[in-house]
Amino acid sequence: MTLLSYAKAMNRALADALAADPAVCVFGEDVGAGLAGLTLGLQQRFGAERVVDTPLSEQAFTSAGVGAALSGMRPVIELQIPSLLFLVFEQLANQAHKFSLMTGGQARVPLTVVVPGSGSRSGWAGQHSDQPYGLFAHVGIKTLVPATPTDAYGLLSSAIADDDPVVLFAPAGALGVREDVTAPLGPVPLGVARTHRAGTDVTVVAVGHLVHQALAVAEELAGEASVEVLDPRTLYPLDRAALLASLERTGRLVVVDDSNRFAGFAAEVLAVAAEDGRLLAPPRRVTRPDGAVLPFALGLDRALQPGVDQLREAIRAVLK
Amino acid sequence: MSLPHLADPAGRYRAMRLIRSFEELALEWVRSGLIVGGTHPYIGQEAVAVGVCAALAPDDGLTSTHRGHGHVLAKGADPGRLLAELAGRVDGLNRGRGGSMHAADFSLGILGANGIVGAGAPIAVGAAWAAQRQGRPRVVASFFGDGALNQGVLLEALNLASIWRAPVLFVCENNGYATTLPAGAAVGGSACGRAEAFGIPAETVDGMDVEAVRAAAGRMVERARAGGGPGFLECLTYRFEAHHTMERRFRLAYRTAQEVAAWRARDPLASAAAALPSATVAAIDAEVGQLLLESAEFALASAEPDPLTAGDHLYASGLRPRSGAAL
Ligand SMILES: Cc1ncc(C[n+]2csc(CCOP(=O)(O)OP(=O)(O)O)c2C)c(N)n1
Ligand SMILES: [Mg+2]
Repeated sequence: MTLLSYAKAMNRALADALAADPAVCVFGEDVGAGLAGLTLGLQQRFGAERVVDTPLSEQAFTSAGVGAALSGMRPVIELQIPSLLFLVFEQLANQAHKFSLMTGGQARVPLTVVVPGSGSRSGWAGQHSDQPYGLFAHVGIKTLVPATPTDAYGLLSSAIADDDPVVLFAPAGALGVREDVTAPLGPVPLGVARTHRAGTDVTVVAVGHLVHQALAVAEELAGEASVEVLDPRTLYPLDRAALLASLERTGRLVVVDDSNRFAGFAAEVLAVAAEDGRLLAPPRRVTRPDGAVLPFALGLDRALQPGVDQLREAIRAVLK
Repeated sequence: MSLPHLADPAGRYRAMRLIRSFEELALEWVRSGLIVGGTHPYIGQEAVAVGVCAALAPDDGLTSTHRGHGHVLAKGADPGRLLAELAGRVDGLNRGRGGSMHAADFSLGILGANGIVGAGAPIAVGAAWAAQRQGRPRVVASFFGDGALNQGVLLEALNLASIWRAPVLFVCENNGYATTLPAGAAVGGSACGRAEAFGIPAETVDGMDVEAVRAAAGRMVERARAGGGPGFLECLTYRFEAHHTMERRFRLAYRTAQEVAAWRARDPLASAAAALPSATVAAIDAEVGQLLLESAEFALASAEPDPLTAGDHLYASGLRPRSGAAL
């Protein structure tokens, strides 16, 4: 039995991509030391020209990644903390994402941005605890949130191979997940959801680390209800077919999502269900509050994150 | 006019002693779990915070960094309330909402530590500009590391300060590294060269010598206050500890043991102590030790915030966010 950790799976996906394609390269801070785990050992193996330690110039090195991508490279950008995405929003939303259309299809931007450790990191407070995947999905950038080591490997591999910009969020709450890997690791296609647990009474759509929380609650409620746990894996483009097919079976929906409630990812899932799905009861969502800023003290930080109790209550509410 | 608690060498030694002992206590509290999330220790850089703040007046402002405890204490914040903040208690400077990276005390002009590298510099420029408009004789010191020299927003802030003649003292604490990246490999040109390119007078000083820092900062603060525009001070210094307490989990080889030892031999606290009678030093050490005992007691006696108040303070207007599971 080989237990593969989430962090190691991402590291391996990146190593395999670097080994397979000389166009793949990495930009980021402290990537040589591998502080975030993603690049551990890779500079030693592939050289400092391909795994490039950058100064603290996120806007410049992200757009340099765009320039390199326009010129035949497949850069992978590591951002140490999720809020750096706010800093490089212009570079991603207004440059990387728009080139293909604005050039009438002349240009492609195969750029992958990875945030190893998004969301609360317990005690990192207001500016280091954001989960801004909804912003990127809204803009239309391919947005991935793997929940398991095999999906982390597979989605990162596919992101690097994709010809468009992709942002991959590795939730801090999932980095410690380990998995007994039996099948060989391979790419996971973008835009395809995964049913972690089949059920007939209610569909729980869970994102990232919350997939594991949803599975635990589903198990706990097994005597009460048959809970289906659906992990979109790719938030944009959303696997609408999988969502609608699940609702066809269950007719009831709860979404558990670590983004902010107002105009967050869960809101979109509810909208799709309301427009096109079969719903027997009003759907529920368990999210961060509207416009959440996580306070420092641990009790306050926890109070604003989607919790097991809230999920349990939401499931019971839609089953009533 | 200058900060009374930093008016003489004994006061400056006391402030450095306080920062050092506070940071050592914080390290213990990180180890024991009283502080969650860790800290960026300021140990080794005390002469910079104290030297610069010694040149400031009570109404002057400052912006700080992720490594901010030294700046906050040097400006005069209460160590008990800072410690309570680090432990996430209601009597903390920020009522337990900010923690190490956001400690602030607006009553003392401390506009906040900051979790984003380089973010404080333009905030300092705006604060100084406002003071100018309001006819307030205020100077704002902006601390940042060598890593911040490569943030575009820092360069933009230098330019704004220059064209607006804003009373800002930019203080680059060059401790040689941004996490694991050596400044020598990261900074094209030089720190002072960047300031000079925007027409801002710049000077490099020994950041391990509190009196040298104070003298240079004093000249620049005076000029800024008199309407002469911003100044830029590069302080050559070193952090004795890890970048962040979490770093202990990694075996990193970005600094040699010899290099660390050579800088430790230039301990700014030791040289400040050597300039004072030993009885004075002993009395200060004892007094600071007692103060920290009381600070720890104060912090530990303070309650943890009620989880039901997690949405408080999000909006100055009192707007309450809708909860995440409105059933
Ligand atoms: C804009 C930004 N980039 C990256 C980080 C992550 N980070 C925090 S501190 C740090 C190094 C900062 O180095 P320096 O400015 O020299 O300050 P020092 O830590 O040496 O005091 C990094 C990369 C951040 N907080 N903000
Ligand atoms: Mg530094």
